[in-house]
Amino acid sequence: MDQVKRKSGFLLLLLFLIFLVIGINAGEVATVWEKAVSICLACIGIG
Amino acid sequence: MWALRRWIQSTATVLSNAYVLFPFTRNIYQGKLKSVCVPGLNCYSCPAATGACPIGSLQTIFANVRPSFKTGNFHIGLYVLGLLRITGSLVGRMPCAWVCPFGFLQELIHKIPSRKIEIPHWMIYIKYWFLALFVVLLPLIVVDGFGYGTTWFCKYVCPAGTLEAGIPMLILQPQLRELAGWLYVNKIAILALFLVLMVFIRRPFCRIVCPLGAIYSLFNKVSVFRMVHHPDKCVMCKECYNGCPMGVKFYEGANQPDCIRCLKCMQESCKFDAISYEIAGLPVKVRPIAH
Repeated sequence: MDQVKRKSGFLLLLLFLIFLVIGINAGEVATVWEKAVSICLACIGIG
Repeated sequence: MWALRRWIQSTATVLSNAYVLFPFTRNIYQGKLKSVCVPGLNCYSCPAATGACPIGSLQTIFANVRPSFKTGNFHIGLYVLGLLRITGSLVGRMPCAWVCPFGFLQELIHKIPSRKIEIPHWMIYIKYWFLALFVVLLPLIVVDGFGYGTTWFCKYVCPAGTLEAGIPMLILQPQLRELAGWLYVNKIAILALFLVLMVFIRRPFCRIVCPLGAIYSLFNKVSVFRMVHHPDKCVMCKECYNGCPMGVKFYEGANQPDCIRCLKCMQESCKFDAISYEIAGLPVKVRPIAH
């Protein structure tokens, strides 16, 4: 059981690395930046 | 170890909020670092914030999924989810203990001498509802005529945003004060409630509400770094529970969803070497300091 957990941890890591690379290639980094450099009125509580 | 953790928490808080020019610019930092999500809960509209909030970024992407599909961009949050899940797969909920500024604040406020209260165990599952509803479903489903949703958790709940952005931005930009209405009052009330709860309850926001902690907690049992319980050495003295900043009963099993891997139980509480950790399945021997 422990060995299954260990292996699944590494497989998940690999899967999420692929997620990350696809996300970066899709241009999601720019989307995050655009949101993060604008004042978020929802976060402040006024919009 | 405890002093080391405090030092790392302080450093992470300063690095996450290192834009010292905001009193002069009266605006938030707008550099390239803002494209990277910090591992803890730190509002990106905090005037000093140097990185992006992962939960805010995730909601924004979900809220804009439909327009993004219409324009052929197909942004579904793989970048942010990838970052969070890689962190989770490596260390589980460890960032909550070591680098989250809002978690750090809760621990400091809990030091105020008072009668301490324990929450019922079922309340720790509420955070998964906040994650599912306020971070994923509502931003995806409730949209305006153009297909844009809103960041529900930021807008209606997040006390970190109120503390780090809501209050300072209204001080820095007086024109924003005219726009403050019932939403602002609601967020201030939530912040005030949690600030009071922090005095009496161990990390109430992390345990009951935090969607970031909820995401990381899903990986506690399968992460590369994992805690290990040795039942043969455990005498069920419950010292691990008494000293735990999250109220985890370690003697009931290692790697529970609320274990933030602060290592306090291992280094300070347990006098019987019943707690250790392993990395990639390899046991790590650490000589307890406080024995």
